Amino acid sequence: MSLDKTFPSYIEGYGTVKPYAGPFATAPSAHRYGPKLSSSKPGDSKIVSNLEAALEKSGIRDGMTISFHHHLRNGDYIVNMVMDKIAEMGIKDITICASSLTNAHEPLIEHIRNGVVTGLHTSGLRGKIGKAQATENILGKPVVFRTHGGRARAIEAGEIKIDIAFIGASACDPMGNMNGVEGKSAFGSMGYPMVDAQYADKVVVITDNICPFPLSKIAIPMQYVDYIIEVESIGDTALIATGATRVTKNPTDLLIAKRAAEVLVASGYIKEGYSFQAGSGGASLAVCKYLKDYMTEHQIVGSFAAGGVTGYLVELLEQGYFKALLDTQTFDVMAVDSIRDNTNHIEMSASMYANPHNKACSAHQLDVMILSATEIDTQFNINSLTGSTGLIMGALGGAPDTAAGAKLTVVVAPTMRKRIPIVVDKVTNIVTPGDTVDVLVTERGISVNPKRQDIQNMLDQAGIKTLSIEDHLKLVEKFTGKPDHISYTDEIVGVVEYRDGTVIDLIYKVKTT
Amino acid sequence: MKKKLRRTMLFCPANKPKHLFTSMIYEPDCIIFDLEDAVPFNEKVAARDLLVEALKAIDYGQVEVFARINALYTDFGEDDVRALVPAGLKRLRLPMCESEKDVKDLDVLLTEIERAHNIEVGSVKVQCAIETPKGVVNSLAIAQASPRVTSISFGAEDFTRTLGTDRTKAGNELFLARSTVALNANIAGVDAIDTVYADVKDEEGFIKEVESARNLGFSGKSCIHPSQVELVHKIYTPNSKDIEASIKIIEAARNADIEKGGVIVVDGKMIDIPVIAKAERILELAVGAGIQIGGVSI
Repeated sequence: MSLDKTFPSYIEGYGTVKPYAGPFATAPSAHRYGPKLSSSKPGDSKIVSNLEAALEKSGIRDGMTISFHHHLRNGDYIVNMVMDKIAEMGIKDITICASSLTNAHEPLIEHIRNGVVTGLHTSGLRGKIGKAQATENILGKPVVFRTHGGRARAIEAGEIKIDIAFIGASACDPMGNMNGVEGKSAFGSMGYPMVDAQYADKVVVITDNICPFPLSKIAIPMQYVDYIIEVESIGDTALIATGATRVTKNPTDLLIAKRAAEVLVASGYIKEGYSFQAGSGGASLAVCKYLKDYMTEHQIVGSFAAGGVTGYLVELLEQGYFKALLDTQTFDVMAVDSIRDNTNHIEMSASMYANPHNKACSAHQLDVMILSATEIDTQFNINSLTGSTGLIMGALGGAPDTAAGAKLTVVVAPTMRKRIPIVVDKVTNIVTPGDTVDVLVTERGISVNPKRQDIQNMLDQAGIKTLSIEDHLKLVEKFTGKPDHISYTDEIVGVVEYRDGTVIDLIYKVKTT
Repeated sequence: MKKKLRRTMLFCPANKPKHLFTSMIYEPDCIIFDLEDAVPFNEKVAARDLLVEALKAIDYGQVEVFARINALYTDFGEDDVRALVPAGLKRLRLPMCESEKDVKDLDVLLTEIERAHNIEVGSVKVQCAIETPKGVVNSLAIAQASPRVTSISFGAEDFTRTLGTDRTKAGNELFLARSTVALNANIAGVDAIDTVYADVKDEEGFIKEVESARNLGFSGKSCIHPSQVELVHKIYTPNSKDIEASIKIIEAARNADIEKGGVIVVDGKMIDIPVIAKAERILELAVGAGIQIGGVSI
């Protein structure tokens, strides 16, 4: 199903536009991309004395594309460390292909303004960078936003070619076998850079923990690694992973979660061997709390839970509620310990997680997906990237991937945050198309996508009250009124790709005067 | 007419705008927007203004909305009433009620305001908060002081403070007072609402106290956190065995035409007016909890 949007056929700084045509409308025809071949000899050493030497050996030069992962989250030192050195060496015109960017990466603004960075590919942008791009187009061309599965796909398809991948690792041996589960800066799964390592021409590992060869737990093996440098620290441990993520105590979130759990049960998906994924925050994670009670009562054991893995999901694994966890990104210390020690807590690459153009991915094995949203509209389209002011302040993440893959996708969100409505007539930007979203649960009601009449019937039979999404909107607007629409210029500052590489939306520069 | 259930009275400070438009989502039977103890002195007027605007603008659906006004002897109490009633408020909670006179004074004020604003005289109802030993002793007179009184509530914190004792989890110090309030409410034919339980984290203690309140004859419980609402509703929800027995009793009584007097035997047990009344109460609670009870109308 196409969306009610028109796009130019070509965008300067991006290329030819293939418009979104439906969740599974696009099939690839090309071959997988291959990086340059390498060779090694006995006695080779990969450890390089410093970053500058590693950059020189990797052949850094103007116009290259380099990649980073965001497993170190707000604690990441790697991006800034590398970019400062590249700037110092006088290199310009670098394209960054990051799995995502966080508030820790605000120094990039200066590198963008100075012409060191001229291209950005990421899942998300926040804080000052997001604002500067949305209001000033500091990059001078669009940022390309991809889902976690879409990024893996684009790399494997050669749509983005990585010249040098910089991979932060909390443990690495002298030949480059590495993991993220040992050492003072442990962060868990290395799901994102697993893809980069296989497809980049050069791979540089940056670690603060060189261990003896061979490393016993290997997330990314040495055959992909060119150089290793040791630094004092790869990140701020306090910001890399918090303690165990607890279920929210916010009564509104709990109410939403309880209703969502009732919807899941009534829809018939919570049965022996079911699979489940939820976001890590607010109401999403709290849904597990209520499902757990139901699973106990009915002696149900799920097959796997997936996604950003938190301590709460680990508890469910350890208590026998699920047989396995599939983990691309680990969120807290308890989950880091688990992925290190529990063989049923399985590390998976972003490609295995969500790439639609490989031979299977875990997102397509999901029965149930719980998503949050910054906005959801009357067509059930979800925005999780831009705010109601048009600023870029979020990410695509794996939402479009899992919504397309899961048999039942439920959005849990409050109807408003502060005075800003979440349920709207049209989302500021479409990130996850409404034809992959089934149910909305807010603190004020439940709305079923009319295309899921089967779910509507099940809820009706269970005596669960629902209201149309249009009535949901009216209810919200009684409190918030109808917000004014934002004024944009015709300058494109962001291209939102769907997971298959088609364009699902464009972000325009916000008029600030 | 079906009797209004008052199983839960969720307290919300009226100076917090968020509570004014979110409290009803937890589906308590009643919300009490508090202008009294929860509101700092310098926010009393602002909180009242907020509540007035909320009452005009927000649809609270099936939830019965109360305001706990400041006591009439304070600088704020009378102005609270003068502002809230014209804004549409139909339920007031009068704090620190100690005598029949307190109710009658409010009655006079309400009548004057109702007349001045073309509001049906007597339509604004009152819940009297019994919070002192004197109030407990006078609770029957208070409950019978005006047809406006639809419920009386017990407040343990001020009660123990006045009595010069401390509130314990066991609650022995409250036993006589709670029982008295519940008994006198019953005599006067109004609802009795039990005191708040302040330790929100102690779910087990809360459940015990609600069960004891129900057994003493209270119609409901004051709640200070949304998480308490569902717990109370569960406790006040009759089990299926009692519901089935009650349906049988009501149907048998109607068939035998003894609803206004007389005795029959159902399953070897004597059925008369008090038993019928109890069965009706059980079915009211069942319906309030959303349970389908078939064709029996109550």
